[in-house]
Amino acid sequence: MVEPQPHRVTLPNGLRVVLAPDAEPGSTSPGGPPVVGVSVHYDVGFRSEPEGRTGFAHLFEHLMFQGSESLEKLAHFRHVQGSGGIFNGSTHQDYTDYFQVLPSNALERALFLEADRMRAPRLTEENLRNQVDVVKEEIRLNVLNRPYGGFPWILLPPVLYSTFANAHNGYGDFTDLERATVDDCAAFFDTYYAPGNAVLTITGDIDVDHATDLVHKHFGDVPARSVPERPSFAEPAPSGELRDRHQDPHAPLPAVALGYRLPDPVGELDEYLANVVLAAVLSDGDASRLQQRLVYRDSLVVDVHAGAGLMGAPLDARDPDTFTITAIHSPEVTTDRVVDAVDSELERLATEGPTAEELSRVTARWSAGLHRDHDRLVSRTLDLGSTELLHGRAELVGELPARVGAVTAEEVASAAKALRPEARAVLEIEPTSEADGGAA
Amino acid sequence: MTSATHRSAERIGHTEQGPRPLPPLAEPRAGRQPETVDTVLQNGLRVIAARHGAVPMVELRLRIPFAGEDPAHPARAEVLAETLLTGTRRRDRVSMDTDLAAVGGTLQAVVDPERLSITGDALASGMETLLDVLTDALTEASYPEHEVSGERDRLVERITVARSQPRTIAREELQYHRYGDHPFAREVPQAVDVAEVTPEQVRQLHREAVLPRGSTLVLVGDIDPAATVETVRRMTSGWQSEDAARELPALPEVAGGDVRLVHREGAVQSQLRFSAQAVPRTDERYPALQIANLVFGGYFSSRLVENIREDKGYTYGAHSTFEFTPDNGTILVDADTASEVTAAALLEIRYELGKLALVPPSEAEVESARQYAIGGLLTSTSSQSGLASMLMNVAALGLGQDWLSEHPDRLRAVTHQQVAEAARWYVPTAFTGVVVGDAEQLGEQLRGLGGVTLP
Repeated sequence: MVEPQPHRVTLPNGLRVVLAPDAEPGSTSPGGPPVVGVSVHYDVGFRSEPEGRTGFAHLFEHLMFQGSESLEKLAHFRHVQGSGGIFNGSTHQDYTDYFQVLPSNALERALFLEADRMRAPRLTEENLRNQVDVVKEEIRLNVLNRPYGGFPWILLPPVLYSTFANAHNGYGDFTDLERATVDDCAAFFDTYYAPGNAVLTITGDIDVDHATDLVHKHFGDVPARSVPERPSFAEPAPSGELRDRHQDPHAPLPAVALGYRLPDPVGELDEYLANVVLAAVLSDGDASRLQQRLVYRDSLVVDVHAGAGLMGAPLDARDPDTFTITAIHSPEVTTDRVVDAVDSELERLATEGPTAEELSRVTARWSAGLHRDHDRLVSRTLDLGSTELLHGRAELVGELPARVGAVTAEEVASAAKALRPEARAVLEIEPTSEADGGAA
Repeated sequence: MTSATHRSAERIGHTEQGPRPLPPLAEPRAGRQPETVDTVLQNGLRVIAARHGAVPMVELRLRIPFAGEDPAHPARAEVLAETLLTGTRRRDRVSMDTDLAAVGGTLQAVVDPERLSITGDALASGMETLLDVLTDALTEASYPEHEVSGERDRLVERITVARSQPRTIAREELQYHRYGDHPFAREVPQAVDVAEVTPEQVRQLHREAVLPRGSTLVLVGDIDPAATVETVRRMTSGWQSEDAARELPALPEVAGGDVRLVHREGAVQSQLRFSAQAVPRTDERYPALQIANLVFGGYFSSRLVENIREDKGYTYGAHSTFEFTPDNGTILVDADTASEVTAAALLEIRYELGKLALVPPSEAEVESARQYAIGGLLTSTSSQSGLASMLMNVAALGLGQDWLSEHPDRLRAVTHQQVAEAARWYVPTAFTGVVVGDAEQLGEQLRGLGGVTLP
């Protein structure tokens, strides 16, 4: 299947718009279900938050749901859901996204809601304090009160990276969150949430001309503001093996995470994609190298996973980006045994490369996975938006299966060779509780 | 914090033009219902095939009722699910995976007290391969000695990890509190039981319980439904038995009562889990109850979320959902809250339960919930995977695509009075449940509140 080419419009205020209809204009095809996806990606993530304000980008994402000039607190949720739709937002290293998926008759309403908060969000003390409490509960839920919380996305970066931007905890420390002020919010909004710093994506059951008219109607008078120069987060790769340990009071078994630097996802895309293929050869499916060796043959680990990207998906950040290998293992197996087994499999791939059969297996699964993912409107919408934002070309989404299919065995071998022990981070999780899982 | 000359928050929140009116909704466009064939094969397997979606994929769901009363059943069932796809006469674990990968496919098996569920997907052009691997496992799974022993050892450790998750602990405690020693409550097997499972026990369980009669196969995607059913008929012809797969024994009604506090060492947050009896999904009162539940805590714009999250900041998420089995339905209410505010959150949940039962939802609340229910069905079934899962959920209750197609009209027909009646299921005394957390911190406050059994 060929992905339809997205249409693109840029408003005078700088807002970039990507439109991806189910059916091409003039087509007589009945199209897909009567559902639309709308997303806005802002070009700011948690790497941009200043020292002393860890977690602020994510906290601010919460604030963007708390009302705007035309919308009281709670109105955003009620209008989306009362139209039959769903919504959410998420904060990543380099961007923050907001989305709705709704019956297509609610398209204009979704655009109105996004435009209103892009133009004039209501940033109040009461809402800020309320959302600090909510975010703290979110962090307790996902990090502090559970085993392996923040593993590896919060725990690995401070070992692998040295600059604040790359190393700090994107969920934030409670003390930093509590220090956040309404004026911080105002400064953050004025700096980063300009229309020229955002991508609006509209997909699904839409007519491109009609949707474009609605975009002009609702976003046209969002005033242009200056767009900050995007900082480089580049830092030198580690010159030795960096090690650290983290004590986890809830974890019943030890775990280890290896972190490596990846090629620049934007500037060295094909080299990056070789790592995406490498990750699949290593840990995707029962026939993969690390599953076979660490799980089934040597019985060293309970679970193992390799992947490009810190947050669970490849191509989700700019440079620098992280290749991770994580494993949970029994206490009788030392970290070194796990790491040595990984190294010997990497060494074998670096020397011999993957087989042709492995490559075609990975390629077939990857293309199928992409089709499947993009059958869900929310994924298609968010992928187009983040790709337009990070790569400047939403078209890349449709081109990826062919680019991944073109990755050669030599390129995968080179990628494996670059995952050297002397340029990586090793993070060990040490269980510190004798608890048998807790419930007494 | 970054822009030296930024505007004030007050200034940012106001434009010269002032607030603008919300645009009205446009005319809805009706979706097409997927072309579906729903039939029972000679071997007793129900097959539902639907053409749906624009991507060249097929989604597979297989549900085999898999209940067992034997206390050893959960452990054997768990090992069976973990090793079902690790070997047959024709294939070993690696060739199963490589054959699937060649058609972009995956297959996974999981088991719970009710059923063995197999989910999968593949390029539509590879559907025969997907079905071949599946039926190979269903009819010829060999449970090789080394695979069973390896998986058994890993399971013991995975169970330890699962039981360290607060949500798993809370679910287990709630099930025990609601259902005692009913098989439905045995979700995560005991590690000691798993350690004793032998390959022969698993093979025997397979022979006795992996059966087509009473099971359902759903295939959704870029497929011809009628031709797909014929393919399934041909490929599953070797899967035969006169016996029927085992459904769960009837569940007792959930009785209201005291909440039980369960201590979890080192907890900084508590899991609140409550439940009450409701009606089966097939009951004519269900659509009204669905709307009442949304108003209470079934979506973000609900009384419960607006109270304990958006007003008080006690929780990241609060939910009210249904749990349906073929002849039963219950309400489940959950929230996770910091230890300091757990008792206060319990108080608010009780308040909202009582309020829903006593103060009927407003017209606006009912309309919002109604639209969300109708739209949610549309958006959640717009993908192939979403429709496949939804079809399997309702098929397990004896329903099918017709029921899904008619459900929006059923929701439109619900009257305000019916919602008010359904809301009475939410009287606080109908609920029971558990709170899992640090009893040292919670005990005093919860004792003061009452209706809580302390450890």
